[in-house]
Amino acid sequence: MTSAVTQERRGRPGPLARREARAGLALISPTLVVVLVMVIIPVLWTLMLAFQDVRLINLRSTGLFGNYTLENFRFVLTSPDFVSSLVSTLIYTIGGTVGSIVLGLVAALVVRRPFRGRAIVRGAMLLPYISPVVAATFVWEVMLSPQFGITNQIGTRLLGWKQAVPFLSEQTGHLSLFGLHFTVPTAMLTVIAFEAWRYFPFSFLFILARIQAIPGELEEAAKVDGAAPSQRFRHIILPQLSGVLAVLAVLRFIWTFNKFDDVYLLTGGGAGTQVASVRVYELLTAQADVGGAAAQAMVLALVLMVCLLGYFALLGRRGKESAS
Amino acid sequence: MTQVTTERPASRARPAVPSRPWTRDRVETLVFTVLRWVVIAFFLVATLFPFYYMVLLSLRTIQRFLLDPANLSFFGHVSAGGYATVLKPVSKGGQGFLIFLRNSGIVAILTVLVTLLVSVPGAYAVSRLKFFGHRQVHALFLAVYLFPSILLAIPLFAFFTRIGLRGSLFALVIVYISQTVPVSIYMMRNYFETIPRSLEEAAMVDGGSRLVVIWRISLPLAKPAIMATSLYVFMIAWNEYLFALLFLVEDRDHWTVPLGLALLSGSVEIPTTVLMAGSVILTVPILVLFYLTERLLTEGLTSGAEKG
Repeated sequence: MTSAVTQERRGRPGPLARREARAGLALISPTLVVVLVMVIIPVLWTLMLAFQDVRLINLRSTGLFGNYTLENFRFVLTSPDFVSSLVSTLIYTIGGTVGSIVLGLVAALVVRRPFRGRAIVRGAMLLPYISPVVAATFVWEVMLSPQFGITNQIGTRLLGWKQAVPFLSEQTGHLSLFGLHFTVPTAMLTVIAFEAWRYFPFSFLFILARIQAIPGELEEAAKVDGAAPSQRFRHIILPQLSGVLAVLAVLRFIWTFNKFDDVYLLTGGGAGTQVASVRVYELLTAQADVGGAAAQAMVLALVLMVCLLGYFALLGRRGKESAS
Repeated sequence: MTQVTTERPASRARPAVPSRPWTRDRVETLVFTVLRWVVIAFFLVATLFPFYYMVLLSLRTIQRFLLDPANLSFFGHVSAGGYATVLKPVSKGGQGFLIFLRNSGIVAILTVLVTLLVSVPGAYAVSRLKFFGHRQVHALFLAVYLFPSILLAIPLFAFFTRIGLRGSLFALVIVYISQTVPVSIYMMRNYFETIPRSLEEAAMVDGGSRLVVIWRISLPLAKPAIMATSLYVFMIAWNEYLFALLFLVEDRDHWTVPLGLALLSGSVEIPTTVLMAGSVILTVPILVLFYLTERLLTEGLTSGAEKG
């Protein structure tokens, strides 16, 4: 302790502080190298590829200073699939984000108080999140299969569905409810349901941790004042959760927006579910158009950034309004 | 709170009990008590049923399954034939999942080891030492997650194709490390911050160098966090699909379990029940690891959430 005290008295960064700075840089440098080589350089490289005419065949011969062109962006932005894929991505992202957070909130509310078997229920709720995505999508595929899937078996045998529903391969289905007829994007709703099912445990864990940190007296006081459960939720619990809900919304939005595996494994991007990252993959592999894929990926990252900036601007304005 | 009075029709239905009126509070409490159990049951079915179905089908022959696809009972015709088929090497008429398991194991364990080697010193530095730019490091990691992995995949795909390493498990490990180091640092940094500095300072006054102090004092204390991080990294590497698909698809001997399962499930010749056995084989190691260490892991991931 003595050396630290004398040093503070001296004021300027002494030998210890300098040694600390050097040790810090030495310890963090492996991390920086990894991030630089595996993240920053690849991002910059993608940016360059996006402006070059690169195909899988001439990939080996393309140099740093090839012929730069805007052709890839023209191709990506004017392609008829671009707008539809962007719309699918946004619907999927918003649906999946809202779905997983709402389910997570409900789950956290029902297990917040101790009961017999709570640990088991809590453990079961984490299953979808930790199980490998390939196994989870495969089970869903089999469960939803029109020929022998259990969902359609129960639907046609017990619930009186007229015919099996091809959940993963039907772009628009017809639904009759109370004499009203709707058209619904079947495959899109299914992948959103999968997203909500698979990722609600993530929101659940964070919300539960936050709920259990709310001091019990707050709710007790409201109870004494005669507030009903829904009022206590609305006026006591929800305001306490606003911080964690905002963070979850951002995280889930980013991750769902960039999601590839889930949709690709479930539908292969067919039936109106070609989200943007699946489209990048198709460009890269099926069409062997590396430059086009890079341009599409860049546009994707740009749209995401615009969405996030908009969200933060909205949050900032709301924060100011409630403060004034 | 003025509206907390009798406003439900229920209050008129039971005028005989004036001492306990049907207040909104009472009605809601009753409704939510019932609803809570209904919702818990719903969640249990939604989360457990798919996995029950997975195990059920994996223990059935394809003939039995197609004959009666709505049969959800374990009793009667249990057969472990699916597991035998899926594990046997291709030369003996199986699907060769043993090789996939070996590949996945190698990749996941190597990823964990190298990630720890890089991220433990990194997390320590970020949490403990004041050095130029130690605040900016944070933003850098956030940026990693802003870019979709498919965007990173394109140049990495191009790079490993050019140096002729694409298709090797080694290349996959390198890619995974870049995906796991930031989250590992995030998880361990929080933990290092809870270890009292005075312990380290005392050891340093006694003449220990920084590295000796880290090795003797900080690392043993941070063991729970390091364990939790290792498991999380193992899970990421074991479950990963996109990079495995891009890098390893050409050579069946290098497939990982997720890749093998996904690619084989597209083929019509392999019975669904056999592939279900493959799914169980893919899922069980992760579940066992997770539930052995559940508390560690969830606390590591959500620490800091309490602060709001």
